[in-house]
Amino acid sequence: MFERKQFSQKFSWATAIAAVAGLVAVAPAKAEDTVKVGLILPMTGGQASTGKQIENAIKLYMQQNGDTVAGKKVEIILKDDAAIPDKTKTAAQELIVNDKVNFIAGFGVTPAALAAAPLATQAKIPEVVMAAGTSIITERSPYIVRTSFTLAQSSTIIGDWAVKNGIKKVATLTSDYAPGNDALNFFKAHFTAGGGEVVEEVKTPLANPDFAPFLQRMKDAKPDAIFVFVPAGQGGNFMKQYAERGLDKAGIRVIGPGDVTDDDLLNNMGDAVLGTVTAHIYSAAHPSQMNKDFVAAYKKAFGTRPGFMAVSGYDGIHLIYEALKKTNGDTDGTKLVEAMKGQKWESPRGPISIDPETRDIIQNVYIRKVEKVDGELYNVEFQTFEAVKDLGKTKK
Amino acid sequence: MTSILTNLFDGVAYGMLLFVLACGLAVTLGLMNFVNLAHGAFAMAGGYVCMVLVNRMGWPFFAALPLSFVSAAAIGIVFERALYRHLYARSHLDQVLFTIGLTFMSVAAVDYIQGSSRVFINLPAALQGQFDLFGVGIGRYRLMIIVICGLLTIGLQMVLAKTRFGSRLRAAVDDPRAASGLGINVPQVFAFTFAFGCGLAGLGGALSAEILGLDPYFPLKFMIYFLIVVTVGGSSSITGPFLASLLLGIGDVAGKYYVPKMGPFVIYTMMIVILIWRPNGLFGRTAAR
Repeated sequence: MFERKQFSQKFSWATAIAAVAGLVAVAPAKAEDTVKVGLILPMTGGQASTGKQIENAIKLYMQQNGDTVAGKKVEIILKDDAAIPDKTKTAAQELIVNDKVNFIAGFGVTPAALAAAPLATQAKIPEVVMAAGTSIITERSPYIVRTSFTLAQSSTIIGDWAVKNGIKKVATLTSDYAPGNDALNFFKAHFTAGGGEVVEEVKTPLANPDFAPFLQRMKDAKPDAIFVFVPAGQGGNFMKQYAERGLDKAGIRVIGPGDVTDDDLLNNMGDAVLGTVTAHIYSAAHPSQMNKDFVAAYKKAFGTRPGFMAVSGYDGIHLIYEALKKTNGDTDGTKLVEAMKGQKWESPRGPISIDPETRDIIQNVYIRKVEKVDGELYNVEFQTFEAVKDLGKTKK
Repeated sequence: MTSILTNLFDGVAYGMLLFVLACGLAVTLGLMNFVNLAHGAFAMAGGYVCMVLVNRMGWPFFAALPLSFVSAAAIGIVFERALYRHLYARSHLDQVLFTIGLTFMSVAAVDYIQGSSRVFINLPAALQGQFDLFGVGIGRYRLMIIVICGLLTIGLQMVLAKTRFGSRLRAAVDDPRAASGLGINVPQVFAFTFAFGCGLAGLGGALSAEILGLDPYFPLKFMIYFLIVVTVGGSSSITGPFLASLLLGIGDVAGKYYVPKMGPFVIYTMMIVILIWRPNGLFGRTAAR
């Protein structure tokens, strides 16, 4: 009897599964009307602030612009990869195979974007990179389009700016991983080409608790400035210890790509950051009306200031909307990528476009100085380099 | 020469900080024979309490420090009574699994309540910056760490070696049955000791926010450092972890200054060399239990 019961139980399960499968088979007729975007972001772990900013910005964009475009309903499916490439790959596979998404998007760090690249190529769907910043990414799949930035863009500009503005001797302090090395190499190439000298070069471990010994080394090398790239979260610790050690009083300035003075954390860093000069793609203090509205709406919705990651996410979802408009709602991946190439629009960061050849972003890079505005610290832009392409492409 | 002394000073301060953070673990691991990998979570709790008091409620930093000790100790005593005491008799593996679970839960909880951004504690102006002493750069904050941690170490050693409570604790650890036969309330002694260890971690967490940074991943990021201090120092006394912390702190700072390419490997190399030389740590008892 026992066996019989088990059998009938199994049988009823099988029936149930078959019934559900039947329903699913009927369902796609309705799914035609939705466009699915698989969003893979680090929502936990050390890069979680990146994930949260991008998610927030996308929510904001969809509140402002509605969730239908070209007659299709846009559905976002969020997956957390904690910035671990293995998890990114699994998440991308699930999204593509099970959820049948039309886009994959997000990607907090370079290894995550690279892990998903072969899947985008295979499935022929666009991969919209909204954060990761090494140059090589867009070369790894013809389906990758980027709306964030590359470290080459900002590091070369600050290198050129520094030599032209009386900074002759520089010590560098960069985190020892791919974006840090990109930042260092591009800076060095441009800085030394202009006649500058790198007197000290230190690479810090990615998980570095205490900057004291490295900073002491910088101080003893007596440079005009320190070129710094550390992941956004560590910028605050670096700046505090820089002040503690009296490097600001020793007349050693801080320059770098703008990650060290991310708007997200800038306000908590104390007055020691005043005067720090960085080159970057976005500042919450960008003086356009569009940005003022964006910052106000973001603050109202989430209680904090948007940083450069937020604006990259905002532009990423905009690009997806515009591509769908151009294809009239056709979700063929190859057509969507074609539609993205050469798109041009006004973003909260200024005018931007997608390079039709490299599918990477072309944008203004601003030189900014940390100043106090209405009692808060901001990166105030004072010089603009227009329409900067990524200089790091190996295939030129 | 002055840069050697500056590095020495920085190294001592860093080592002292490691000691306050880790000595609670030395107490639970060494004296109570309990593997508490959630130690860093109590440190983080102290750090966040201090941050909330100073930044949000406007308390002076020095008033918030003792409270970060007290609150971490209070959380410690609740956890000890509610959860930990059931695991004293269990295997070390059970204890590891349980406490690592607690650690992950604490990370998620703090992330949920406070967000994942790194926070800073607003320091009074008197603690900021450096002053020159015969050409040696002395950071005010680091000097304060050395003073506080130095006093604490002396006090702790006195309590353990000279007081009645110290001898009760040692008795309770060495032979709980005989100790309770002598009228020592063993569970109470353990609870108090555990809470005190957590309190020290909380104070360490508050002091370290400025130097190590404070975010929800604190317990995971620094777990390895706590364990290195305790293994290198040996867990049967307070002096062992103290000297180990100093040695590792100075070694780490000097390594990063003089051979920056070696980076974090200096501290691991030191650990390996010391453990090959003395497998039970610098001051470990051989097979005491």
